[in-house]
Amino acid sequence: MSRIGVFTCHCGENIGATVDCAKVAECTRNVPGVVHSVDYKYMCSDPGQTMIKEAIKEHNLTGVVVAACSPRMHEPTFRNAVEEAGLNPYLCEMANLREHCSWVHEKVDATTDKAADLIRVMVEKVKHNTPLLPIRVPVTKRALVLGGGIAGIQAALDIANAGHKVVLVEKSPSIGGHMSQLSETFPTLDCSQCILTPRMVEAARHPNITLMTYAELEKLEGFIGNFKATIRKKARQLDEKLCTGCGMCITKCPQKKIPDEFNEGLGKRSAIYVPFPQAVPNKPVIDKDNCTFYKSGKCKVCEKMCPTGAIRFDQQDELVTLDVGAIVLATGFKVMRTDKFPEYGYGKYADVIDGLQFERLASASGPTLGAMKRPSDGKAPETIVFVACSGSRDRAKGVPYCSKICCMYTAKHAMLYKHKMHHGKAYVFYMDIRSGGKDYDEFVRRAIEEDDVKYIRGRVSRIYEEDGQLIVKGADTLLGGEPVEIKADMVVLATAVQAQDGSEELAQKLHVSYDPYHFFAESHPKLKPVETNTAGIYLAGACQAPRDIPETVAQASGAAAKVACLFSRDELTREPVVAVVNRLPAPTFSYCVGCFLCQSACPYQAIEAEEIRGRDGTLIKTLAKVNAGLCQGCGTCVSTCRTKAIDIQGFSNEQIFAELMTL
Amino acid sequence: MKIGYYPGCSLLGSSREFDESVRALAPALGLELVHVPDWNCCGASSAHVLDHRLALALPARILAQAEAAGLTEILAPCAACYNRLSTARDTLEKDPALAREIEAIIEQPVTGKVRIVNILEVLDRFSDVIPGKITKPFAHKVACYYGCLLVRPPKVLKFDRAEDPRSMDRLMAAAGAAPQEWNFKTECCGAAFSVTRTDLVAKMSGKIVDNAVKHGAEAIVVACPMCQSNLDMRRPEINAHLGADHTIPVLFITQALGLAMGIDANQLGLQRHMVPAVMTPAAV
Repeated sequence: MSRIGVFTCHCGENIGATVDCAKVAECTRNVPGVVHSVDYKYMCSDPGQTMIKEAIKEHNLTGVVVAACSPRMHEPTFRNAVEEAGLNPYLCEMANLREHCSWVHEKVDATTDKAADLIRVMVEKVKHNTPLLPIRVPVTKRALVLGGGIAGIQAALDIANAGHKVVLVEKSPSIGGHMSQLSETFPTLDCSQCILTPRMVEAARHPNITLMTYAELEKLEGFIGNFKATIRKKARQLDEKLCTGCGMCITKCPQKKIPDEFNEGLGKRSAIYVPFPQAVPNKPVIDKDNCTFYKSGKCKVCEKMCPTGAIRFDQQDELVTLDVGAIVLATGFKVMRTDKFPEYGYGKYADVIDGLQFERLASASGPTLGAMKRPSDGKAPETIVFVACSGSRDRAKGVPYCSKICCMYTAKHAMLYKHKMHHGKAYVFYMDIRSGGKDYDEFVRRAIEEDDVKYIRGRVSRIYEEDGQLIVKGADTLLGGEPVEIKADMVVLATAVQAQDGSEELAQKLHVSYDPYHFFAESHPKLKPVETNTAGIYLAGACQAPRDIPETVAQASGAAAKVACLFSRDELTREPVVAVVNRLPAPTFSYCVGCFLCQSACPYQAIEAEEIRGRDGTLIKTLAKVNAGLCQGCGTCVSTCRTKAIDIQGFSNEQIFAELMTL
Repeated sequence: MKIGYYPGCSLLGSSREFDESVRALAPALGLELVHVPDWNCCGASSAHVLDHRLALALPARILAQAEAAGLTEILAPCAACYNRLSTARDTLEKDPALAREIEAIIEQPVTGKVRIVNILEVLDRFSDVIPGKITKPFAHKVACYYGCLLVRPPKVLKFDRAEDPRSMDRLMAAAGAAPQEWNFKTECCGAAFSVTRTDLVAKMSGKIVDNAVKHGAEAIVVACPMCQSNLDMRRPEINAHLGADHTIPVLFITQALGLAMGIDANQLGLQRHMVPAVMTPAAV
């Protein structure tokens, strides 16, 4: 006979203001099987939990229903409390009176009645609950970090320094990411390369870190602690062991007019190349799309010139399978580069560039060696205009969110310009200046007050060329909407930060959620900012949202701490909410007839075949069997099973029917 | 192909040549124009600054008339008509309560079944056949001038790229012309201020004419009666303002295409222009 306790929570005003909790507790007492029913203001608080624990002992309860909020947050809380009182935690269930009732209805009698119904349903389920034991799985103590920008490098270093093995995978030929392209960094104006390159070298030399550049994730299987990742190592057409990085091949390559990705198209590179001189590893790759040999079958100059014979024209991509226990996603961002803003002439006029291109122009390692020269004719721009929010905070044509880093880098750009061109004029068109952060606002003030950058609050409506100059038409909305027209030599658009290309596909490969703009979604916006909804996969940096360097590094260290925490245990416990195929005594063995419809339906490849053999070894029956380690408890197999032989533990057909029948 | 035709008042008045050229071009393309029966003024340019309901009721009645006649699409060559009709249709579609109110005013049902299209959209449908019909290529450098009403607001009109439209450039290229990159494709010409503030229109239209000439254009091609009349009829004021002597003609897209397709200049109404349109086929 069930002895069930029901604990109704007011959740402060959240439930209490709409639902008459006392009345709910009162009428629940009459539900068959309920021996104890109370209400309390905050059931999740310490006194609330104590109430539950004491009631279990006092009334010798066999099951508990907590009628409160969504189980997402507090189911573990109450199950722990129940366990501490000596009851199996899976005999405790939650009725969701908040999201399913009080938040969505008005304060009327029917709302209270519905709350009582929700509890009655749960009581019926708990009556059919059975004690379950958590599943224990081992942990592979090796992490996979996807993305070799500053986020990935920092996460890899922190995990490696905690004593664990890390594989750092980067899709481009070198680690370093966007940070390696930046000239100086705000708010201190220290050189980006100077602070980044030592980290890159450290990552490459760390005994616990394996670097896989020019490689991408092909496939991911498994689950927390036990992932199996397939990495595609793209062919560099080079034997990396033989290559010394002397650069002879690059010098002799006849194909030298390819727009350079590292310099954002402002410079040129050869077909065999390293992205930049400080690249890690310093080993070239052949760009097959532009290589004369791959296009016409003739050339091979690099092969002839290589002193160590390292060039391999016949090298193929290689697939590597890795067992890893945790994954850090650090795949970064891109800047908007579309023709969404034809009114700014972007793509039409060579001297209208984006922020990343300006970084390369201002960088000592850039195509102009840091000299201020505009792309069209190399003239030093006497007047330069910066347009903030190009595409950001623009519901009509761009993205609705704030790209966050642009206010700061635009101030930095204007400042760098003024430091190089003392007599030049720098204008910034802006909507608002968003410079929250340590020493950030001071930095912007410095640009305005000390470096005499003219800030104009207003939008730019149009940019066009006239007599070799760019006419920037805008409005100064602080001075009564006066139209402003500036004759500029160069314009820099702070284009919106967007999710990296291919983010959607990657998220789907990893079963990680993403937002409408394809940024990866964190598990909880406040309390789980580095976790994803998939256990064992963590987030770092701008793949989650626009971020600057300090935030990225902090988040990367946070993700690394989560990984180290996971690796501190030898085995993990998993929720036992998995499918099981029922077993019966011989000669039936199971209702399962071995049709394996479930196997084709299972999205996680968790169904295996199990052979039942007699003592003499003859095959009696083949049954489906669920691999509890792979099963995610989705229930697809249950709905496809023709003989009702599969059930989800804790959500059996019997339990669900009992819930429905009580309504 | 049959299509509803709403000429609007300017095509019967100051821009008769637009109407003439549309009607001259239509049979050549196999397009049958069916007049919206008993049509009225769309309300531009003054209704929408005076009375919100009037600004909706006038175009709503045109839509209702078209619906009643079983039309599903109306060609409105005048950019202002196109804009007002589209805006009204969009407003009524989004606000059913308001739609019922307007229906009561005009005493006719409006379901919003009728789509409004501009002349460029319609010509674009014939982009496959037009090149084959070009007998006298319009071999001139042209500045395609769209004006503001054809593309804005983009959310309502959903036509071309609002800030850098290309459809007319494509059509003119098909007619053998060389469309020039220039700066003021969608700038305002001053529109209805032509009468009350001619000085402003001279200034605004002056910029447009001047820029087109600067970028090497030999003709300005338009698809809006207001643009055409301001750039053409106000040329003396424009030239006085600029201190220039610009003689660049301003043609409707239908006139330019018509010439290229070998249609007689007078049939296209070219003789009606203030600035002589010397783009006769003979000159090509």
